[in-house]
Amino acid sequence: MEQIFWWTIFPYICGAILIVGAFYRFIFRGKSLYAPSTEIFEKKWLRMGSVIFHYGIIFAFIGHVMGVLIPIGVYEALGINEHFYHFGAIAGGGVAGLMVVFGLVVMIARKLSFPKVRVHTTFADYFTIGLLLIIAALGTYMTLIFSTTVVAYEYRLTIGPWFRSIFTFQPLSNLMLGIPPLFKVHVVLSFFFFASIPFTQMIHMFSFPARYPTRAPQQYRSRNGYDKS
Amino acid sequence: MKIKAQVAMVMHLDKCIGCHTCSVTCKNVWTNRPGMEYVWYNNVETRPGPGYPKEWENTDRYKGGWVMRNGKLHLRAGGPISKLANIFYNPNMAEMDDFYEPWTYDFQHLHQSPKKEHLPVARPISMITGKYIDKPEWGPNWDDDLAGGSEIVPMDPNVQKLQEHIAMEYEKTFMMYLPRICEHCLNPSCVASCPSGALYKRDEDGIVLVDQDACRGWRFCMNGCPYHKVYYNWNTHKAEKCNFCYPRTEAGLPTICSETCVGRIRYIGVVLYDADRVKEAASVEDPKDLYEAQLSVFLDPFDPEVIEEAQKQGINHSWIESAQSSPVYKMAMKWKIALPLHPEYRTLPMVWYVPPLSPIMNHITNEQELTADGYIPAVDQMRIPMEYLASLLAADDTDVIRRVLLKMAAMRVHMREKTVGGADKLKISKLLEEAKTTPEELEDMARLLAVAKYNERFVIPTGRREMVEDLHYKQGACSIEELAPAEGMVTYPFERSENQ
Repeated sequence: MEQIFWWTIFPYICGAILIVGAFYRFIFRGKSLYAPSTEIFEKKWLRMGSVIFHYGIIFAFIGHVMGVLIPIGVYEALGINEHFYHFGAIAGGGVAGLMVVFGLVVMIARKLSFPKVRVHTTFADYFTIGLLLIIAALGTYMTLIFSTTVVAYEYRLTIGPWFRSIFTFQPLSNLMLGIPPLFKVHVVLSFFFFASIPFTQMIHMFSFPARYPTRAPQQYRSRNGYDKS
Repeated sequence: MKIKAQVAMVMHLDKCIGCHTCSVTCKNVWTNRPGMEYVWYNNVETRPGPGYPKEWENTDRYKGGWVMRNGKLHLRAGGPISKLANIFYNPNMAEMDDFYEPWTYDFQHLHQSPKKEHLPVARPISMITGKYIDKPEWGPNWDDDLAGGSEIVPMDPNVQKLQEHIAMEYEKTFMMYLPRICEHCLNPSCVASCPSGALYKRDEDGIVLVDQDACRGWRFCMNGCPYHKVYYNWNTHKAEKCNFCYPRTEAGLPTICSETCVGRIRYIGVVLYDADRVKEAASVEDPKDLYEAQLSVFLDPFDPEVIEEAQKQGINHSWIESAQSSPVYKMAMKWKIALPLHPEYRTLPMVWYVPPLSPIMNHITNEQELTADGYIPAVDQMRIPMEYLASLLAADDTDVIRRVLLKMAAMRVHMREKTVGGADKLKISKLLEEAKTTPEELEDMARLLAVAKYNERFVIPTGRREMVEDLHYKQGACSIEELAPAEGMVTYPFERSENQ
């Protein structure tokens, strides 16, 4: 049951919701691809929360790419041994995790304590921050405490291959059965979070204006949008 | 040479009476919606004063406009790379309190209050939170007509700059009104600040607009504009700004602020400019040269070469004709009595101001002798310090202000001589010489500044959609959107012809 549903079907359901939902939102709700900013109401706490959170989650994302997407064989070929890898993962991942958790706590506290911000906070905002907080707290706990006191769990041999196998449509779901329960919860909640992206402000991650540095500073447009003469 | 047409405005500050009719009509047309309560596309500030939002001219705080660094033009708040690195939080953005927290009153309480010993009052309610506010502490035109006096006036960045010259004694106080809208700059820094590329300048008329579909609410335009004329709608989470009432100007009508101006201070016209020279003009090293550099990008609409080239580049005849009879061209480029607001921001703003002459002059002891050449020294001793006006309109270059004020004074003297007589002709000619002008020019000026009718003040060619669009295709396509093909969508069998 666990193998079939949680490690075979569930990831695909979440992935399908993410992809279909994101396309739906881009096409039919194209005006709302932003994170509704409340900076105009409050700046000081936003600076602390938002900046630390966002840089933390970027580091955490890079860390997950390194730990889950890149196969263990690559590290072995580069001569990075297990001890060295785990030292880097615990130090780097720990810092990133703490940044994310700290940022989220500040952001949710800010939303609750400033009346002007609170009025303009929706259920989706609380849901996103709450879910992210649980996932990030679990991840940080696993990185900083679980792996130093209980066991430095080698997820590159189980979760990594399983996650990559999802993309090849040959899920190696049996690999996930023996992993520590904390990791299981972290993974399931993360997929649940992916599925929620099209329905919350998290869609703004796909609006990152990467083309800005290369475009001309001044933009001219003709009154007729389609007339490019 | 890339010729573009620009719809521009001149405001004659001498005639502004500070009645806020422009602001009120603008608000009723454009910003009376949730999310925009605090927004005034058009506002009238009493100067000296902090303005709206407070201290908008403080470039150290908001970091708007452009600066020269190592001989190159850069956004003061930082270029694209630094903006993307700071995209999670905009350190230079104004907060709502810099504008004001909009509020209404609990009017229902006046109706529903039970019978009591004391009269019921309508308490203020915040339009942001819906809760009672104890007392509003700042609001639109809170500092109108120098209200707040010596506490509020020093918040004006121009005053801080000229501290030693500005006296706050009652006898020496001065004030003027400064109506402001979006400048629809030739080198707009809001456009360059937008990470999403949502802001753009329209090819046909130079109006700067926000594409609501493309705006992602990153908010860099808000403080990227040194005039602070792009606003954040907290309801839609997108930027909105003055659109020069384009639905009106396209139909040949003046903007609503101009239409309703009680003092008839506003003039609208078309100017032609060379888009290829804009960057060069904005990049001159000395800020004091920016005014002349800006003037150099405009083209003479009577020059046959310019006309020929403009027609070749698709500017139609009615626009060229309008440029020829444009009041803006006359006041800003020909007579040079209208000046750009804060040219030192290097955005090449396109709303021009005729500096005010009105307040009584200082230190004039014998008014009887003040006939003609007496104005020459008097212009230097006007109630509004020339340094203050220069700080607003000429990048601190008092020579520019002096020249304009002299010309305006000469116009008054000449017209008085013409209608009531009695002045010494020789002295008038001396004044005219000092002001570098001629009686003919002064009479033209007086005509446009004082008696010009609606059609002379507003020379606005229509959008001429019939010239550029495939009307055959559009026929029957617009009003029932979603059922009929939407405008601009190429759908069989309504194929558009090739050479549009």
